[in-house]
Amino acid sequence: MALRVGCAAPPGRALDNKTGAWRVFKPVFDPETCSRCGMCAMVCPEGCVHETEEGTFEPDLDYCKGCGICEEVCPKKSIRMEKEEK
Amino acid sequence: MLEFMEGSHAVAEIVKRCRPQVIAAYPITPQTHIVEDLAQMVANCELDAEYITVESEFSALSACLGASAAGSRVYSATTSQGLALMFEVCFNVAGMRQPIVMTIANRSLGAPLSIWNDQQDSISLRDSGWLQFYAEDNQEAVDLHMIAYKVCEDHDILLPAFVCFDGFILSHTYEPVALPGQEEVDAYLPAFTPYQRLDAEKPLSFGMYATPEYYTEFRYETDRALYRAKESFIKAGREFGEQFGRDYSALVEGYRLEDADTALVAMGSICGTAKDAIDEMRDAGKKVGLLKIRTYRPFPGPEIADALSGVSTVAVLDKNISLGGGGAVGTEVKAALYGSGAAVYDYIIALGGRDVRKRDVAAVVDLAEKGKGDMFYGLRTEVL
Amino acid sequence: MTAAELIAFAAFEGGAYAQAFPAFGVERRGAPVQAFVRFSDAKIRLRSQVYEPDYIIVQDPTLIGDVDVFMGMKAGGIAIVNTEKPDFEASVPEGVKVYAIDATTIALEELGVPITNTTLMGAFAAATGEIQLEPLEHALRNRFSGSMADKNVRAAERAYNLIGGAV
Repeated sequence: MALRVGCAAPPGRALDNKTGAWRVFKPVFDPETCSRCGMCAMVCPEGCVHETEEGTFEPDLDYCKGCGICEEVCPKKSIRMEKEEK
Repeated sequence: MLEFMEGSHAVAEIVKRCRPQVIAAYPITPQTHIVEDLAQMVANCELDAEYITVESEFSALSACLGASAAGSRVYSATTSQGLALMFEVCFNVAGMRQPIVMTIANRSLGAPLSIWNDQQDSISLRDSGWLQFYAEDNQEAVDLHMIAYKVCEDHDILLPAFVCFDGFILSHTYEPVALPGQEEVDAYLPAFTPYQRLDAEKPLSFGMYATPEYYTEFRYETDRALYRAKESFIKAGREFGEQFGRDYSALVEGYRLEDADTALVAMGSICGTAKDAIDEMRDAGKKVGLLKIRTYRPFPGPEIADALSGVSTVAVLDKNISLGGGGAVGTEVKAALYGSGAAVYDYIIALGGRDVRKRDVAAVVDLAEKGKGDMFYGLRTEVL
Repeated sequence: MTAAELIAFAAFEGGAYAQAFPAFGVERRGAPVQAFVRFSDAKIRLRSQVYEPDYIIVQDPTLIGDVDVFMGMKAGGIAIVNTEKPDFEASVPEGVKVYAIDATTIALEELGVPITNTTLMGAFAAATGEIQLEPLEHALRNRFSGSMADKNVRAAERAYNLIGGAV
C-alpha cells in the first residue's frame, strides 16, 4: 500500500472495528429493577448503551468492550458483569 | 516598468496579485506593513479573500492550515517571536503537505528583546519541512512569492514555503521594483488546484496517527519532496525568466567567482553589500567572489560544492547562531565541501540589526585569508 | 523618513536609481531619528547606513551640539539646516557649505503645521541641484492629494526659490 500524501485517510473505520471481541466480562442488564435513569448510557465510553422501546437500557455487544463502568455507576445495581463463554 | 515603493508594500501588492483566497496573520514588527496593506486591500474589495483576524500567530497558522486543507490558496506573514509561536503548526503544515506561502520579514529572536534584523527566526525552523527562499533585494522578494506558489502547489511537491526578506533592511526600504501586472501574474500562476481537500461529502483526515511501522516512511516521503523541489524551483525560475526577463533558475548564484581564490557565502540582503565590497577588492587586485544561496531549504549542497570547486578559501557570513554549535549555514557549507580541500571559515555577523559595511566584508576576507575564522565578527570586546 | 522617501522618489522620477530607508527602530515623533537616501545611475546594492554623506538635512536644530550631525562629511559637501537662527554655533568640517533656512516658519505659513519635510526638500533641490523642480513637484503630488498637494508644492517652491537665490 502506497502511503497517502500528507498522511491523509478517510474516516469511518471505527464501525468496521467490532471491539466487542476484546471483552472478557459482559454486562447483563436487568430491566425489572432498572429505574430508567440512563446513567449507564451517559457514561459508556463506547456510546454503545442505548434505550429500548420500554425505556430501559441495553448494550450493543458488537462494540461493548466490557469495561464495567455501567455496572459501577448503576444506582439500582441492575447491571451485573458476567464472565463470557467464548 | 519600475515603480518606487516600500519593500513591504511591494510584497503586499504581489501577494494580492497571486490571488490568495484566505489570509490569516497577526501583526508583528517588522512584518506589520505587509499585513496592514493586505487587510486594507480586502476591506476595500480590491482583493477577494477571507482575511481572518486572530489573537496569536499560533492561531494564524492554524487557520491557514485548515483553510489550505479545505482547498484554498493561503497566505500568511510573520517574523521572530511570531514564527517561534508557530513552531508546532509549522511542522504540521509541512507534514500534512499543505502548500502555504508565508513571508518572513527576518528578525532576531529574544531574549534579549530585539526588533532588528538577522535570520535567526527562519533558520531556526530549518528542520520543519518548509522550503526557504532568501531575497537579496525587494525585486527578488516580489518575484520569489510568485515562484514559491508555483513550486509549493506543484503536485509532485506539495510543501509550504517561507519567502524570507530581511526585516527593515528590505521591508522598510523604498527602492524601485517592477511589479508584474495582474494578467501577467495570472499567466504565470494559474488558479490553485488542490491535490486533495476537505470535503463534507467525502470526509478526509490529514496528518493521521502514524505508528512506528509508518512514521519513518512518511518522514522519508516529505524529505524526498523537499529534494524534488530543487528541480521544481529550477523549472519555475526558468519559466519566470522567460516571461519576465529575470531568471531565477539558480539555487545558488555566483558573483565574480571565476578565477576567485576566496569566496564569500551569504544569504539575503547582505549579498548586495558584499558585491559592492567585492568590486572594490577586485579593483585592488584581490581575487574574491561571492556565492549567494537563494534556496536554503532544500539545501543546495552539491550545487555549492560545484560552484566553489576552484576556490581555496571560503568565508561564510552567518546572520544566525546555533548556540553551542556555530553558524547554521557555515556548518552545512562545511559539510557540502567536505573533502574538497578548501579551508572553510564561519563568521557570525550582523546579529540583531548590527550594520554591515563594505569594510566589514573586506575584513572578513582578510581574516579568512589569514586562516582566522569560526568566530563572531566585530565583537565589542570592551563591553564583555 | 518622509523627507528621505520623497527625495528618493523625486530622484527616481528624475531618472536615477534610488534607495531610502530609516535608521530602524525608533520611529516615534520627538525621538532623534535618522533616515538615509542614496541615488545613483546604476542599481544600488549597498545596504549599510550612510557614514560619509555628500549631503545632510538637519530637520531639528536642537540636535546640533547634542549630536555631531556633520559627522563623516567631506569638503564639497552640503548641509541644509532648519533653524530660525542662521548664526548657530557648530563645528562644520572644512569645505562643507551650510544653508540655513527657517523651514518651520515656512511650513507653518503654508501648511499650518510645523512639518518641514516638503519645505526642506525644496531647499535640498535648490542647494544641491540633484533634483529638478518638475520631478520634485511630481513626487509631492504623488504623495499628497488636493489642496494638501498644492500647499506642499508651494512650501517646497518657496524654499527652492529662497535657497536658489543664495546658491
